[in-house]
Amino acid sequence: MKTLLTSFVSGLVFALGLGISGMTRPVKVIGFLDFFGAWDASLAFVMIGAIAVYFVAYRMSAKMTSPLLAPKFALPTRSDLDVKLILGAAIFGAGWGLGGFCPGPALTAIASGALPVIIFVVAMGIGMFLHTWVTELGTSSSGLVISSPDSTQDA
Amino acid sequence: MHNFTPFASLFGGLLIGLSASAMLLLDGKIAGISGILAGVLKPVRGDTLWRVCFLAGLLAGGMLLRIFLPTAFNFGIIRPLPMLIIAGLLVGFGTRLGSGCTSGHGVCGISRLSPRSLVATGTFIIAGALVVYLVNHLMGSSV
Repeated sequence: MKTLLTSFVSGLVFALGLGISGMTRPVKVIGFLDFFGAWDASLAFVMIGAIAVYFVAYRMSAKMTSPLLAPKFALPTRSDLDVKLILGAAIFGAGWGLGGFCPGPALTAIASGALPVIIFVVAMGIGMFLHTWVTELGTSSSGLVISSPDSTQDA
Repeated sequence: MHNFTPFASLFGGLLIGLSASAMLLLDGKIAGISGILAGVLKPVRGDTLWRVCFLAGLLAGGMLLRIFLPTAFNFGIIRPLPMLIIAGLLVGFGTRLGSGCTSGHGVCGISRLSPRSLVATGTFIIAGALVVYLVNHLMGSSV
């Protein structure tokens, strides 16, 4: 029960962080990616701030046997580089530059009620379903498992 | 470099880091938004409710922004709808294929010095920059 409250409050603080940092505004994201235009370095400062805190938290977690409110840590363990990782990141990056939204800011910006944001989020959900569909198609037709066991687990 | 907001962005980044740290140290979870959403769209018993709560928190935070910091939703650039739809499809598909997005790879993964996340983050920034160059400079889109 406490972990659900943590999740809710964390989501809320995450959204505030995105809003305060300007990342809910595609003009800031596209401005960062526009290295050949009027470059806006703000996004790098968001990452520096977030990484500085999380870097310390991760090192603290490495010394703990379990999280404070849950029985165990659920962390990714893979360290190999594969084609899916790089191709997936490239496809995501292309969409990120095209729309100016990544998942967190888009979901947060639903609260604005702006129709384009809602359409983007629906398309994003469909894109996720398409991935599941393509993966299952590959599994059933060739017998090869395209999806790795942890492909549903985020980095 | 107009529009540059180093202090607000650094402070917002600290909040994002705190939020992700709380998820890690209290709940033992990675705050990767695309992964959290995907787990709700394709639910696994016993691993869904915390995701719903996190997403509800994001929306609640969005509502607070709407009230107390409405400029957060001055988007500045809204791409034409066909572009946004293609963008959404690419973001949804790509984050699943690549197992993460800006939060999971870009923040959590880089902090853990994960080689996969370092490569993924470099890749999506380069891909994003190429597309922005194409759309803004070669296609001459003013938006």
